[in-house]
Order: sequence, then C-alpha cells, then structure tokens
Amino acid sequence: MAQPVLEVKQLQTYFFSAQGTRVVKAVDGVSFTLNEGETLGIVGESGSGKTVTSMSLLRLLPPAARIVGGEIWFQGENLVSKSEREMRQLRGSQITMILQDPMMSLNPLFTIGEQIAEPLRIHRHMRGSRLMERIKELLRGVRIPSPEVRLREYPHQMSGGMRQRIVGAIGISCEPHLLIADEPTTSLDVTIQAQYLNLLKDIQQQSRLAMIFITHNIGIIAKMCDNVGVMYAGKLVERAPVRTLFNQPAHPYTEALLHAVPKLTDRSKRLWSIEGQPPDLANPPTGCPFNPRCPKAEDRCRREVPPEFQVGENHYTRCWLWEGR
Amino acid sequence: MSDTLLEIRDLKKHFPVMKGIILQKPIGLVKAVDGVSYSVGAGETVGLVGESGCGKTTTMKMILMLEKPTAGSIIFRGEDIRELAGKDLKAYRKGVQAVFQDPYSSLNPRMRVGDIIGEPLVVNEALSKARLRERVQELLNLVGLRPNAADLFPHEFSGGQRQRIAIARALSLNPSLIILDEPVSALDVSIRAQIMNLLQDLQEQFGVSYLLIAHDLAAVLHLSTTVAVMYLGKIVELATSEQLRVEPLHPYSKGLFSAALPTHPDEQREEVIITGEIPSPLNPPSGCRFHPRCPFAMPICSEVEPVLQQVDTGHQVACHLYKDVAVA
Repeated sequence: MAQPVLEVKQLQTYFFSAQGTRVVKAVDGVSFTLNEGETLGIVGESGSGKTVTSMSLLRLLPPAARIVGGEIWFQGENLVSKSEREMRQLRGSQITMILQDPMMSLNPLFTIGEQIAEPLRIHRHMRGSRLMERIKELLRGVRIPSPEVRLREYPHQMSGGMRQRIVGAIGISCEPHLLIADEPTTSLDVTIQAQYLNLLKDIQQQSRLAMIFITHNIGIIAKMCDNVGVMYAGKLVERAPVRTLFNQPAHPYTEALLHAVPKLTDRSKRLWSIEGQPPDLANPPTGCPFNPRCPKAEDRCRREVPPEFQVGENHYTRCWLWEGR
Repeated sequence: MSDTLLEIRDLKKHFPVMKGIILQKPIGLVKAVDGVSYSVGAGETVGLVGESGCGKTTTMKMILMLEKPTAGSIIFRGEDIRELAGKDLKAYRKGVQAVFQDPYSSLNPRMRVGDIIGEPLVVNEALSKARLRERVQELLNLVGLRPNAADLFPHEFSGGQRQRIAIARALSLNPSLIILDEPVSALDVSIRAQIMNLLQDLQEQFGVSYLLIAHDLAAVLHLSTTVAVMYLGKIVELATSEQLRVEPLHPYSKGLFSAALPTHPDEQREEVIITGEIPSPLNPPSGCRFHPRCPFAMPICSEVEPVLQQVDTGHQVACHLYKDVAVA
C-alpha cells in the first residue's frame, strides 16, 4: 500500500453570518485519502460543497468561512494548523489548482510566458535561459504548437482549449504532488474536452501525480477517476472505487444520479428523475439531508442523521438502509 | 412521415466583418450559417447538435425572426415567413415560441411569475382578468408548480423551477413549435432529468413540435426523433436519432460519439479522436470544412466540398467517403 499523499479527516468548513447568528455547514465531516498517482473524483450538484472542500484544502476560503474542525494531512503535515506564510510556499508548488474558467484564471495583461514563469521564479528560483527552456518544455508538454512564438502572446489571442492547457502547464510547472481540478472542462466544447482529459491523464501517468477532480458530471468520473466521493449537502454520502460505485451504488442518491443521465447506447424512453430540489444549506432538513427526495426514506431518516456505514471493501455510505448489514 | 410544419431551405446567414469606426469597410464575411436545409414535422423533435460556432444559435434566431437570413427561406405551414405581414405575421409569432438556456436571465426579475406567464396572453388574446388568472393557474399546474407561484417573483425559485416557468410561458399560446435552446445545460444533473421528462410529457399531451439546440449528444439523442449534426455553418449529417445511435457515418459525428463521456468506467467506444481546434469561421478551410481535423481525410477533401447525399432512407451525410454508397 502506497503512502497516502493526502488524508482528510472529518473536515468541517462553516460559513458564518456577520453577527454569527446564522451558520451554513458547507462542508460537514468530509474524510478521504488519496494515494500517489491516483485520481479521486468528487461529484455533486451546485451548492453541495465540493468547491468549498477544494478551497479548504488550499486554505483559500472567503473571509466568512472558517475551518472549524478536522485535519488535512499532506505529506505528514497538518495543513489546518499551518501559518499563512507556510501555505503560500505550498500553493503553486506542492499543491496546485486548475479552475473552471481559463479566461478568469489567466491575467489578461501578461503574456502567457510571464504567467508560466511566475511560479517557477518564486518557488524554484529559476532565471534566464534555464527558465526559458522550462517554459518551452511545459508548453510542448501540453501540446501547444510553436511554443517560442506562443509564449510571447496574451491570453486573448488563444482559444478556450489552449488557455485551459496553459493553466494546466502552470499547474504542473513546479512538479506538484497534488493537482486539484475544479470543473476544468465545463467551459470547453466536447471534442476539446476529450482532448484535455486525455492530456491530463498522460501528464498524470508520467509524473505519478495525485489528482482531485471536482465535477458535477458523472461521465468525467467514469472516464478519469479511480475513487469517487459523492457529495450531497456538505457530506460525502458515498465513497467507493469507481467500478464499485457504478456497479453497486449503495446510496439512493448515487443510484438516482446514475440513472438520471441519458445514455448514448440504450434507448429507454424515460429518465429517472429525482423529485424536489437540492436542500438549502442555511436551513437543512432534519435527519438525513436527502430524506425529502429519497424514495426509500423511512421514519428514522427524517429524525436522525445517518453515520457512515461500511458496505464493502473501501466502500462507505451514509444511509440508514445499510445499518447492521 | 408526419406533416411538415416548418421547412428550412438552403438557409444562409453571412455577417460582414467591418474595419474602422467611421469609414467602415467590410474586410470579410463570417458565414455563420451556410446553406442549411431540414424540416420539422408536426409533433416531432428535431435536434441540432454541434460545438460552439457551428451556427445552431444563428439558425434559431432566424426562425424566431431575430435575424434576417442572407439567403434561403423558412417555410411555416406552407408559407414563406418573409412574406408574412399583419395578422399572419402575428399568428406566426404566436405559433413559434422559445425557451432559452439561462432561466436566470430569461425571466424579468421585476415581474411576478403570474405576469410573466400571462404576458403573451395579454398581448395576443383579449381575455378577461378572471379567465387570464385561470389560464395562468392551468399552466402552472401543467409544469408542476404550485398555484401560489403566480404571486411570487423569479428570485424565489431555483434554476429548475425557473426553467419550468419559462416553459409555462412558452406554452401559454398553444404554439405548434417550441424552440429549445440548450434548455437543460444550465441545470443540475438531478433537475435535468425532471425537465427532460416534463418536455416529453408536454409533447405527448399537446403534440407540439420541438426544435432542440444543444451540444450534449446524449441529451439530443434522448429527446429527438431526427438529429442534424452541424459543423461550421453546415449540416454534415442528418439522420433519425436511431440511425445515428446505431451507425454515425460522418467522421465528425463519430468523433462526437467518441468524445462524449462514458456512462460507465468499463464502457468501450470506437476511438475516433478529433485533433485540433475548430477553425475560425472567418476563414474556413477549403473543400470539406472538417478536413484539417478529420482522421480519414483524403486528397479530394481539401479541394471539393462534399454535398449532403442520401445513403439510406432519412439518412443523409456530407462526406466523400460515402460517395459510392449514395442512393440516387
């Protein structure tokens, strides 16, 4: 068994209102481990807390949010207790991130060469021709044609797919141990999305990088991930290896999610739909957060919050149906 | 085959690209839509699928009369819509409604939901206040919203509920055609299925036709009877969704299938990898517009532009690979 790159234990990130009277439990008791060269997918709907989870890992939370409990172990150190200065040394070098919209994550006023150079200068103290060589190498690595010309260009001169590949190049520039990709392909066209996902896979295989994929798209999970966490209302309601999750989903929400997507191959007339709306986290339902929408809900589900039950090997779910099985 | 409701013949839209501020000079043409023909039958769903810049939205705008076609004609119930005027034009506008992608910007935040849904009725039909209110309640019920929704404002609803409001508004005039422009892509996965099922139910109930525009191939195949695959302003393949599902012919359609995400980690697909990016429509490639990215490109592809030809009943493809298969 490989040494885990990242181990998150009972992470809790809450948002507080100005007077501290209202609390939103955006991330509430999330635990997972991630090994070298592995990809973990976190899938969930908007407002389920997946982005807050990834931002908590980097400690890049808005002022209203605080990590109120839990531990984040990265290479033997607990990130929760690190100082801001220590975090700055990690961000961009050991842990990096790819965000959804490459137009927003690149600075329009700097050439892409300068933007790739920044982390290398700060974290690796590279200068001059060595720096230049490394930038070209990185651009070649993300399959940007004629890097010598491209590195002098600005983000607006490139297509969305190319921009996202440049963000990828910045992400891997300092050879990080962990790459967090938060909806990296949502703004890309399908053929470009396929190219980009294949590129990320290649990069991962070359460098044994651990990756976290945050997405709402179950297809990306199927294509990219080794392990999956299904997030609902701030909790991981199910954790499993990818094949187990698709073959034997344990939580009713996971099951419904898998059936709610139209498939290319089979022509069934109707989709499963999950009735109702995702819960409002400022005012969550009592008991299991999924109970108002769950077809299998019982009395107990409406009263008590289910703990995590083990279903199989590396397979856990938060659902009363699995108690004592 | 059902009766044809809407027919589009060789539709073109070219946008001139200007240079300069006062003394503008045209420096080129963007051929956003370049000779597109298809028809929508009564009660049918036609899906247009393609990536950004392929001309899906421009086609839609021309049907909604938000853009004037450069050439070609749009024929609705046997009449060219450009010749419509007065009462007939009003009837056309009543008969063709639309639901847009983003329910956060397509509903006026200052109007109550009842007024949003009732507005088309106020404009087009002289109903008494009581009758109008009744009709709004009926529509809310149809799309699965509570009657008290009429008195609320759009911000009080979630994305999925807003899209239901937009659908109720589109249905208010009993249209014969609804144009759905990416109706579910802004919604959460669990809500998408709800809306897709609702659209199917409404179609069954009222026999309304849909023209569905989307980039998600699986969703388009699921909802449509006929699918047109578009690339850079042209239709490259036109087939029933069953034909396309079983055997996509055009290399681009194959590539779209291959690029679509799997629904299971063990799913195997024919790998047709499309490399490169979508070229600029300002300067499209010669010959077949897809040839620079096509894995099966032949010398002829860069010289001669392939035309849409029939290869099977209801299955047309524009590709040199299928020259010999074509049925005269």
